[in-house]
Amino acid sequence: MSSRARLYSTGIFALGIVAVGLGVSNPYEQQLLTIIGIHTLLALGLNMLMGYAGQISLGHAAFFGLGAYGTGIFTTHFQWSPWASLPVVLVTSCLVGYAIGRPILRLSGYYLAMGTLGLGIIAHVIFREWDTFTGGASGLVGIPPLVVGRLVLGLGRTGFFAVWATVVLFFVLCGRLVDSRIGRALRALGDSPGAAAASGIHTAHLKAVIFSFSAVMAALAGYLYAHLLGFISPSSFDFLMSIRMVTMVVIGGMASIWGSLLGASVITLLPEWLHVFSDYEMMAYGLILMVVMIFLPQGLTRGVLDAFQRARTLRGAASS
Amino acid sequence: MLIVRNLRAGYGRIEALHGVSLSVRQGEIVAIVGANGAGKSTLLKTIAGLIVPWHGEVLFQDRPLAGRKPPEIVAAGIGLVPEGRWLFPPMSVLDNVRLGAYLRLRRGDKEAVREDLDRVFELFPILAERRKQPAGSLSGGEQQMLAIARALMSRPKLLLLDEPSTGLAPLLVEKIFETLVQLNGEGITFLVVEQNARAALAVATRGYVLETGRMVLQGRAQELLEDQEVKRAYLGKDYREFAEGRAR
Repeated sequence: MSSRARLYSTGIFALGIVAVGLGVSNPYEQQLLTIIGIHTLLALGLNMLMGYAGQISLGHAAFFGLGAYGTGIFTTHFQWSPWASLPVVLVTSCLVGYAIGRPILRLSGYYLAMGTLGLGIIAHVIFREWDTFTGGASGLVGIPPLVVGRLVLGLGRTGFFAVWATVVLFFVLCGRLVDSRIGRALRALGDSPGAAAASGIHTAHLKAVIFSFSAVMAALAGYLYAHLLGFISPSSFDFLMSIRMVTMVVIGGMASIWGSLLGASVITLLPEWLHVFSDYEMMAYGLILMVVMIFLPQGLTRGVLDAFQRARTLRGAASS
Repeated sequence: MLIVRNLRAGYGRIEALHGVSLSVRQGEIVAIVGANGAGKSTLLKTIAGLIVPWHGEVLFQDRPLAGRKPPEIVAAGIGLVPEGRWLFPPMSVLDNVRLGAYLRLRRGDKEAVREDLDRVFELFPILAERRKQPAGSLSGGEQQMLAIARALMSRPKLLLLDEPSTGLAPLLVEKIFETLVQLNGEGITFLVVEQNARAALAVATRGYVLETGRMVLQGRAQELLEDQEVKRAYLGKDYREFAEGRAR
């Protein structure tokens, strides 16, 4: 996408958010939309790693949890202000992401999947077992909300705007990144690591940098999640969450910024809509994912765009 | 300019290069010929830093480079046009070319890179026409040109070419080698590895013959072309028939 097109579409997107934010007043819907925003941050970060750089991670819930538990521990056990813990959480996740990414990304394919899977499992065990700080299986309660001036950010309209403003910010940031020299290098890395190295790209470093970038985004999502909910428990950061993140990326569309939004929306909303199937909910969920993957293997974004293109070509052929 | 001494390298526990030495002087086109599996690609990849050598020296302009990482070697002025082109198929021709200038763009050489972009598109007008197309949609010859164009964007002093003739029609092979001669005239030194010994030696100043990981012969390209052993082993039977046919 050209930078101008990106600018316009982001502008329209931001206006849409303002309209939705002001229009929706049902608390349940506000909450749901806020969670979609948090999931979009997770999917977008992971998409930079998976879609662009072609590296898989089955353990990214670790960083989501790192952000949530990090700020949770600082603010409840040490009475830090949430604003003080924000930079600490972000810098920590950046450093931890790089330190783990550098060695683990020497692996590739199935081995990388296994390695990152292990990372996710270890992190989950720490969240669950380190009772003194994390509260163990019952979770961490009483995390203070974010306060801006006299405004307390909760799961309602205020939280909605805080989360979606962050999403727009990262849409712009990732859009610029993708179109830059680094973005080209990332795609090169995904296409052919050998050729990327031969072009002078320091592949090991770049992989770790993008891993770290996606870790920071996940941690930021975790930070917002913890302060908006006020309560976290290890089950939100388990293996299933990691898989959910990967599913959002794949269903929405790899290497697509808008795909991350779409994937996060679908994966978050689907279980809500499928409540009507009651006992068969999970079956319907799995079935829908299978159907999407069989018929739209490139993800919803690409699939819908292609269908649109085909329809237009057909109509063009019919009229001439 | 480039001195390789007693280089040993391989894959896993299998040694592919058993102590290879060679030298390339400024302004030369040096050809390394040899059969499939002789270790030609391994040699170039080792010089380019994609394979870490087990033993031996690589000196480039008196700087030791053996065991250094590829980005450092690219920055030192050695470019590689890999075997099978190694392009980025879904990316546009333009993005592929730009990637060659990755390190220079990092240093912020934007102006100079833009000028070089114009120059490589002037050199390969067909690529300029197709700059927006995905690299994967190009023909074999165009892909080879693109691989060379990409490597040129790092402003190499020495360019390593791995089997540039693979999969190309004879006419295209000729065209690629003509381009090498032209670029050589503009000051780029070449080290070319080829199975197509005749095409490579025809444009080269000097040549080496690599056989199962060892250099077995070296000399001026013209001498190698006339050498009975080389003729028999690498220029093929049809060459002999062709020569006899002309003699008659």
